[in-house]
Amino acid sequence: MSEEFKIEIISPDKSVYSGQTNNAVLPCFEGQVTILKDHIPLITFLRPGLIEIGNNEKYYVEDGTVEFSENNLLILSSTVQSLQNIKTENINNMLKNAEKDLSDNQLTDKQKYILDYKIEVLKQINQ
Amino acid sequence: MPSLDDLKKRIKSVKSTQKITKAMKMVAAAKLKKAQENAEKGRPYSEKLQNIILNLTKSISDDTNAPKLLSGNGKDKVYLCVVITADRGLCGGFNSSICKLAKSHFKNILENGKELKIITVGSKGHDQIKTEYSKYIIDKKSFKEKKQISFKEANEIGKKIIELYENDQFDKCLIFYNNFKNVITQIPKAEQIIPTFIKKEEKFKDNLFSYEFEPDEDEILEDLLPKNVSVQILKAFLENAASEQGSRMTAMDNATRNAGDLVDKLTINYNRSRQASITKELIEIISGAESL
Repeated sequence: MSEEFKIEIISPDKSVYSGQTNNAVLPCFEGQVTILKDHIPLITFLRPGLIEIGNNEKYYVEDGTVEFSENNLLILSSTVQSLQNIKTENINNMLKNAEKDLSDNQLTDKQKYILDYKIEVLKQINQ
Repeated sequence: MPSLDDLKKRIKSVKSTQKITKAMKMVAAAKLKKAQENAEKGRPYSEKLQNIILNLTKSISDDTNAPKLLSGNGKDKVYLCVVITADRGLCGGFNSSICKLAKSHFKNILENGKELKIITVGSKGHDQIKTEYSKYIIDKKSFKEKKQISFKEANEIGKKIIELYENDQFDKCLIFYNNFKNVITQIPKAEQIIPTFIKKEEKFKDNLFSYEFEPDEDEILEDLLPKNVSVQILKAFLENAASEQGSRMTAMDNATRNAGDLVDKLTINYNRSRQASITKELIEIISGAESL
């Protein structure tokens, strides 16, 4: 029996990715989650990070919602970008903005947490 | 009876109008295809998001603890109406049908003694509504320079609405837009977005899976509901864009056909008066020859 399940990434403008895969790694709000076939139904949201589908497809997200049910993985995100198409200068810009935002003292803990991750991930991509 | 020269000029002018309307029709048809694709691409996101919210709400048994965006703030006094129209005219009854629907709602709201606040999106709608309801308009937005409306713009409006809601500026929010059914039919629609409207019968549909939530339902809902507002607005935008082009295409098609009819009629008139003048000249010549 196949160990694959269906995965779909949808942004408000279009369907970004749709296909079958063995496993997917998601940067969930409370930590990284790897989804395999027959995972229990799950709803959660994402923090900035990388979605890894199988071994080759990688996507950068800043936020989003995930639903897994009946071997359908659904990722809704307005900020999803394929890692192949993302440009270095864009990353640098985003990094700069994030660092600027972080220097603001009025942030809540949650906002800081998210920004920290964003900077970390962007640096990691940049390497 | 207009002279031959006048008729000739009129035929020429109608023909050039026809050329313009024909060109507009072609442009609208090309844009329609793209807008329609966008509207269709946008649908899954909003549908899936609604589904997730639906699943979440089922697991919240205690309505009183639900977030304000979902269950409302318990009041029913101030209505915020967001009227989404186009920035350009010449698209048949597109703008006026939204405004007509919106105005009938405004009337109802005011007659029931409620307070009314209006945000207009798109300059055409603003022009039509300000004549009667200018004192209720609290904000107007227009994205004339933008070729393509994306999530960013919708989010901008969504955030503004949520900010107003959190500051207790209104209790219920309605959006007005045209739903794209097909090229000929667009249905003006009023939709309640705050509090999030959930159909009763769907709410009680059997749910086979019980979800695991991470962190917990309330927190996810708090994250999702503001997003849902923006997504609903984006959906309205996309539907509207497709409707606008569809409506313009039909209107311009009619205009082209009417211009063609008019040209035919004028041509017949022109030919008749040309013949009449020839006959007249002949009679003059013949009667002149006879009298000799």
